[in-house]
Amino acid sequence: MPENPFNGFTDYGIGIGLRVPHYQHILAQKPVVDWFEIISENFMVDGGRPLEVLDAIPEQYRVVQHGVAMYLGSADKFDSEHLRRLKRLVKRTKTPWLSDHLCWGSVDGRYTHDLLPMPYTCAVARHTAEKICAARDYLEVPICVENVSSYAEYNASEMTEWEFLSEVVELADCGILLDVNNIYVSSKNHNFDPYDYLDNVPHHRVGQIHIAGHSKFEKYILDTHDHPVLDPVWKLYGHALKLVGNTATLLEWDDRIPSFDEVHNEALKANKFRDQQLAPSAA
Amino acid sequence: MTNNSLRAPRNINSPAELWRLQQMMATVLFRPLTARWRMQKRWVDGRSMDEAAAELIKPNDRLSSFERLEIYNRQYWFRVLDCLWDDYPGLLAIVGRRKFMKLITAYLVRYPSNSYTLRDLGNRLEKFLREEPQWAAPTEVLALDMVRFEWAQIVAFDGPSKSPITPDEILDTPAERLCLGLQPYLSLLELNYPVDDFLIAVKKRDSDALRAEASNAVDSTPAAMARRKPIRPPKRAKISLVVHRHNNILYYKRIEQEAFAILSAIAQGATLEDACTKAIAGSNRPNIDWAAQIKEWFDDWAALDWLCHP
Repeated sequence: MPENPFNGFTDYGIGIGLRVPHYQHILAQKPVVDWFEIISENFMVDGGRPLEVLDAIPEQYRVVQHGVAMYLGSADKFDSEHLRRLKRLVKRTKTPWLSDHLCWGSVDGRYTHDLLPMPYTCAVARHTAEKICAARDYLEVPICVENVSSYAEYNASEMTEWEFLSEVVELADCGILLDVNNIYVSSKNHNFDPYDYLDNVPHHRVGQIHIAGHSKFEKYILDTHDHPVLDPVWKLYGHALKLVGNTATLLEWDDRIPSFDEVHNEALKANKFRDQQLAPSAA
Repeated sequence: MTNNSLRAPRNINSPAELWRLQQMMATVLFRPLTARWRMQKRWVDGRSMDEAAAELIKPNDRLSSFERLEIYNRQYWFRVLDCLWDDYPGLLAIVGRRKFMKLITAYLVRYPSNSYTLRDLGNRLEKFLREEPQWAAPTEVLALDMVRFEWAQIVAFDGPSKSPITPDEILDTPAERLCLGLQPYLSLLELNYPVDDFLIAVKKRDSDALRAEASNAVDSTPAAMARRKPIRPPKRAKISLVVHRHNNILYYKRIEQEAFAILSAIAQGATLEDACTKAIAGSNRPNIDWAAQIKEWFDDWAALDWLCHP
């Protein structure tokens, strides 16, 4: 199950997000890391330092692209310039699969720069699936869609988030980037059982997993990616691994980014945790 | 604003209805927050925002529809203000924190982001300040200079480049036929104020303050930054500035007026001979060995990879 069409039949382990404060350390120290996830949009530029770093990294590491602005759920058509640049980057990095979010973020050419939740209806699932297929055909790379964390639910929704996610990926025949932290955050904000979510998505389509930290406020939880992974998320991750098998996992840390060593230690912890969960005795 | 962006559709059975929902949501997000960083209490059609939010969003046991929607409204403004706060520290230092927030808010209301990347968020700030200079009054000229300078740095950081032209290629073509180009990442700025020195002073103050705050475990929030010592604005003095990069490091370099005139003419497609002739004719500096001076400039520019094929 871990190697599947949706992650290009790869068997990557625990990855780390490639972030600016760590560039120098990585290029100079060359730490042992299974793979790096890059934010596609940070490298869809025409020149300068970002591309210099990008060209240096794949010489020594495996790189997977993760996007934040394809807006697969926007009613608008794709931004053709965005797709053109994305395809150029796919060729440059040779990413075995590519991920972006099951969300929307732009309308009429105006961008919110946010990952906004979708209304969960059949018509929206069809529209989103059509866009995913079009993107995959153009980019010529497998696509995994990531569940986002959310703080609001639309009155117009007709199904649960996991039903919507399942409907979209089945219609598009694409993969899932299962973000277990986002499931946890949304479960608290919308009062559902995160284990129901995990149990009811098509496990064979999970090509990648995200784990991250979050912040608790009085009345809601915010997906901040500025902390180590918290205990309930580790538990969910363990449950997910048992359902989907040994799957490429990315430790996200995007804000208040600590030293590379601290992030790396968290990744090593994830590595150990994964091995324990998947050991025959843990079954 | 269309009626479509005023009301949420009850059902979403088509892309057109999805578009209507997204129009409404975007209208909510792009509306400025109140002075207390809250969502506005009235919707664009005059109804209470509670009513409009309830039409779109379900409440839960802890948060009303208004409060849930407000999370997104606040996140949008915090994100874009934070981005421009980082990209325009010079403008911030000139107009001050309060006016900066008002200026940026007015800018984004008029020109919401039109790009998938936050890198481009300030791409129409110069245009906006030319159209509505009152937001930076009484320092509108200085503010405009700074905005042009700070945008040029964004372009220089990751803008496209072309293969530099070699001195041999220049020498092989007669000057009256030789047309050159300038690197696309390079900006030529004729400015009314020495904003380069001012920005260096601002960045030094901010980095010193950050170091001090880190060592004393004091916060480095916008409020803390606002308490930092103001820097006296520069006096008016024309400068000619090139913003560029070399070996992928950002630089800005002041150049002589005649050198600026040559580069500007080259950028506009003049032949090398025409560019040099007009620049010298327009000079009021006496006793200059122009042949030697121009050679020296071109040697410098070639070494910095500024020159390329048009």
